[in-house]
Amino acid sequence: MKARTMLALAAAILAIAAIIFVVTMRAEPDATRVSPDATLAPGPTAKPTIVKPVAAVTAFQPPPETAMPKDEFGQVVKLGRDIFTHTERYASQYNGSTNMNCSSCHLDAGRLAHSAPLWAAFVSYPAYRSKDRQVNTFASRVQGCFKYSMNGTAPPLGDPVLIALESYAYWLASGAPVDPKIAGRGYPKIPKPPLPPDYARGQQVFTQHCALCHGADGAGQTDANGQPNFPALWGEKSFNWGAGMGNLKNASGFIKANMPLGLGGTLSDQQAWDVARFMNSHERPQDPRFNGSVAATRAQHHDSPDDLYGTTVNGHLLGSGTSQAR
Amino acid sequence: MRTPSTVVMLCTLGLTLAAAMPSAHADGAEIALHGNTRGAPACIACHGTQGEGAAASGFPRLAGLDAGYVHAQLEAFAAEKRTNAIMTPIAQALSAAERKQLADYYSGLGRDPGTVKAARPQADKVDPISGSAGAQLALKGRWENALPACVQCHGGRGAGVGSAFPALAGQPALYIENQLRAWQQGTRAPGPLGLMKVIADKLSTDDIKQVAAYFAALSPDRTTRGDTP
Repeated sequence: MKARTMLALAAAILAIAAIIFVVTMRAEPDATRVSPDATLAPGPTAKPTIVKPVAAVTAFQPPPETAMPKDEFGQVVKLGRDIFTHTERYASQYNGSTNMNCSSCHLDAGRLAHSAPLWAAFVSYPAYRSKDRQVNTFASRVQGCFKYSMNGTAPPLGDPVLIALESYAYWLASGAPVDPKIAGRGYPKIPKPPLPPDYARGQQVFTQHCALCHGADGAGQTDANGQPNFPALWGEKSFNWGAGMGNLKNASGFIKANMPLGLGGTLSDQQAWDVARFMNSHERPQDPRFNGSVAATRAQHHDSPDDLYGTTVNGHLLGSGTSQAR
Repeated sequence: MRTPSTVVMLCTLGLTLAAAMPSAHADGAEIALHGNTRGAPACIACHGTQGEGAAASGFPRLAGLDAGYVHAQLEAFAAEKRTNAIMTPIAQALSAAERKQLADYYSGLGRDPGTVKAARPQADKVDPISGSAGAQLALKGRWENALPACVQCHGGRGAGVGSAFPALAGQPALYIENQLRAWQQGTRAPGPLGLMKVIADKLSTDDIKQVAAYFAALSPDRTTRGDTP
C-alpha cells in the first residue's frame, strides 16, 4: 500500500521534472537557432571596440595575402611566409632551442605596424649597427634574428631560408619608400615612466596580465597537440641575452603596443616598463658574443641602464646561467 | 531539431535511471550516463553518448575538452556567472565533487586519435577551405581591427591550450555562434582578462557564422601536426 503510494508519487515527480526540463530548455536562448533578422542578432554592444592606437601616424599598408603572386617568385615568397609563421617546421636546421616563431614578436606574420614589421625593416637596410659595429644588409640583419632571438644558427648568405625570408619581406614592402624613418617601424618608444621600472610591481603586472598565456613560470604553453603555442619569456626556451627584446626599451614598446594579445594599448607606460623589467630580470640563454666574463661582456655589449645583463637580481648575477635558466 | 517528445523521453529515461541509482558516490561516468539522485539528468541526453555534442541543437562537444575548463564552466553555471537556463539547475543539482568528476570524465573521453566521435558524421571528412573568410579569421585574425587569430590562443587547428583556452575543433557551429553572441550580449562572463568579450565585440554577424563554420568542420581528433599554414 505504502510502496504503491510512493511509486505514484515518484512518477508524478518525474513527470513534473520532465515538464520543467522541457520548459526551461525551450526558454534557453543558447539552444535556439537565431534567424538572421531576429532581435537576438548583435545589438549596439557588437560594434567594434577601438583600442587606443599607440602611435597616431598612419602606417604603410603591405599588400594583402590574396595578392601574393602565384608564379615561381610567389612560391618563394610563400615559403618565406611559412618560415616566418612556422619557423621550427620550415627552418628547423637554423632554429634554436626556443619555442618561438618569427611571428611571435613580429605579429600578423610580420605585417603589423609597431610590431617590428618586415616591410619597414626591408626599406631600412643596409645600415650601420652598433650591435656588431658594421654596416648590415637586410640579409645579415635576419641572420642576427636566428642567432639571437631564436637562439639558433645564422643561415649562410645565399641559403634558401634566407632567400625566402628576404623575398617575403621584399614583397610585403611593395610600394613602400626606401626610408629608415618609415612610420610603424620597430616597436614604439614608450616614454620613461614616472617611477623607475620596478621588479615587484612588474611581477604583479605579470601575474595579472601575462601569466594566463605565458605561464606562471614564464615558460610559455603548448597546445593540446603538444605544439608550441605561447612563447617563453625567459628560461632556456626563450630568446638569448643578445636579442633586442632583452633591452627594456624594446620590450616595453612591444608590450605596450601589443600585449596582452588583442588588448594592445591597455597597459599603462609604467606597467609596460615594470613588467619588461620583471621579464628581463630572469635568466635566459647566454649571449653568443660572450667573451668568457659576464662583466666584460656587459661592458662590451650591454652597457646600458635598460639592459640587465651582468647585473645582480635577487642575489643572482644575470648572464651567469644557473638553474634559473632551466 | 530535437522534438519536445524526444526530450521528454530522454529526460524521463535519464531521471528514471537516476532514480534507480541510489549511490551518492556515483563517479563521472555514472552521472554522465544516468544522472544523480538529486535531479541532475544524464548528460548523454543532450551531449551525446560519447560526449560528442549535438550539432542541430548547438549542444557542445565535451569529449576531450580540458578538465580544468569543463570544471570551471560547471562552477560558473552553478554560480550563475554563465547564464544558461538548462545548465544552471543541472550544475546546481551536482555536488562540488560531482562537477569535478564529470569534468575529469569528459576530459578523458576520446583522448586517442581516431576514437573521437564527431558531432556530425561528415565533420571528419570536410576539409575547411583555407581561403574562406572563416579560415582567415581563425588562422590570421584581422589585425587592422586589433583582432588576433583564434588559433593564437586556442592552439593550432583549434586544439585548445591549457584550461583557459578550450578546444574549438569539432564544436557544433551553432554552439560557437551562441557563445560569441552570449559574450556580445553579456550573458556569458567575459572570461580571463575579459578577452572574449573584446574579441566577440569585434565580430559581425557574418564573421561569427563564418568562423563558427570553420571550426565546426575541423576534426576534433588529436593530431601530431600543428596549425594549418
